[in-house]
Amino acid sequence: MASNASSASLPRPRVPWAVVGVTPFMLFALLFLILPTLFLVVGAFQDNDGGFTLANLGKLWTPTILASYWISIKVSVASAVIGAAIGAFIAYAAVSGGLPRWIRPTIMTFSGVASQFAGVPLAFAFLATLGRQGLVTLFLSSVFGLNIYAQGFNLLSFWGLTLTYLYFQIPLMVLIVTPAIEGLRKEWREAATILGASNWQYWRHIAGPVLLPSFLGAALLLFANAFGAIATAYALTGSSLNIVTILLYAQIRGDVLHDQNLGYAIAFGMIVITGLSNLCYILLRVRSERWLK
Amino acid sequence: MKTNRLGHWIAILIGTLYFVVPLAATFEFSLRKLRGVYSFEAYRVVLADPQFQSSFTFSVGLAVVTIIFGMAIIVPMAYFVELRLRKLRPFVEFVTLLPLVVPAIVIVFGYLRLYNSSSILPLTNSTLSTNFLLTCGYVTLALPYMYRSIETGLRAIDVRTLTEAAESLGASSGTIIWRIILPNIRSAMLSGSFLTFAIVIGEFTFASLLNRPAFGPYLQLIGANRAYEPAALACMAFMITWACMGIIQVISRNAVAAHP
Repeated sequence: MASNASSASLPRPRVPWAVVGVTPFMLFALLFLILPTLFLVVGAFQDNDGGFTLANLGKLWTPTILASYWISIKVSVASAVIGAAIGAFIAYAAVSGGLPRWIRPTIMTFSGVASQFAGVPLAFAFLATLGRQGLVTLFLSSVFGLNIYAQGFNLLSFWGLTLTYLYFQIPLMVLIVTPAIEGLRKEWREAATILGASNWQYWRHIAGPVLLPSFLGAALLLFANAFGAIATAYALTGSSLNIVTILLYAQIRGDVLHDQNLGYAIAFGMIVITGLSNLCYILLRVRSERWLK
Repeated sequence: MKTNRLGHWIAILIGTLYFVVPLAATFEFSLRKLRGVYSFEAYRVVLADPQFQSSFTFSVGLAVVTIIFGMAIIVPMAYFVELRLRKLRPFVEFVTLLPLVVPAIVIVFGYLRLYNSSSILPLTNSTLSTNFLLTCGYVTLALPYMYRSIETGLRAIDVRTLTEAAESLGASSGTIIWRIILPNIRSAMLSGSFLTFAIVIGEFTFASLLNRPAFGPYLQLIGANRAYEPAALACMAFMITWACMGIIQVISRNAVAAHP
């Protein structure tokens, strides 16, 4: 019976189910991810008549646009470096033991929540905390007589935005780097101690080099994460802090640059920056997996 | 070793303060609407706002459609790539990571240029097709997370053996996916779904630039015009995110308990 069925089905053209199953996804990726991106990339190298030009990219080198890229990069670098350092330390403190057992799962759960708590509500939370009428602002001025706004602090500024971004950057770092820190074997430390290494030497020659690729890779991921963000900054500062995503948003909304293709060039510049940081991340991850398996 | 442990406590303490203080401050702020007394007035105002109700419902609906649509295209793809088309894996990995490389605002910019009213496929012409475009945008945003959770789910079960067993009993490909694979990766799919929900519910960039009345643009509007209501909304948004993540934890813990 079974052999009958299979011999009967052989000559018939079989439906290639695998192809049928994969096609919708491929079509979707092509239409809603690859083509839109390509369209902008190609447009960045075209003039108004569709001819090839590098002029759009050249026009990026104007003070306003360069300044907006620069402030985006500064905020992203600052929030990535600080977030990576603090996040790695918290992850290490949670993983390495010595603390009560419940702390670790609590931190992991909380990091999962906080790393997703971004966008517009995050801006509201920081306005309620460090805005002019915020709880911490009022607390500092009534208890310590310290008026942070008179001291030059402003939430709608580089440091204000960086401080806000850290709220999701630190937990994201905790989530990304914990597996790497878990990969540090106890035996390595014991072996080092037996051979007479100090705590510093252990970190300098063993744990540090093993963790470094993961650490740098995670920091790059945080960088790209902050660089593409817009909602928090927009809700926080309106358009008073001209980061590049807000500039592009204004351009899409109303062609503020009066040049369609210049908008494509700005988008292309962003893809190049996040693309490079992701490429480095992938290379570093390949390196880090050598040790941490 | 004692000093070491102290350092750990300090790290945890600072971290906790940094994350709890803004939440406490937001909550306190949200209660200040009536002068001189703490009250839930801001929440009452928000919840009674018809625009809140309509935009929130809209976004919830959008999130549900996004999850269903996303799963419908990702699950069969991930299954067949795992089973037969291993060659495609590097390409799929690349595509599913792309939304983390290309910022959301760039993707939606591409949509607006590619699918505007004067293009071959004018999706922005009608409300329905714009909603479809927005859904596609959200599937794109959620793609890295959905794919990763499904892929993890598929790797945890022996897809090949299950498929061959089902095939030898005469099951078709559709039956295998629907009755064998889906029940086995249910918890992975649920985790991916709730994460997607948390991402979509307050999303701002896509909805705002496609001019749809979603919850994210509503939040922004309230933030620009009101004082205490935004804080109340932030508390509610945090509760929603917390609920989604909490559910994911429970699901994955149960999954571990079921397949130790």
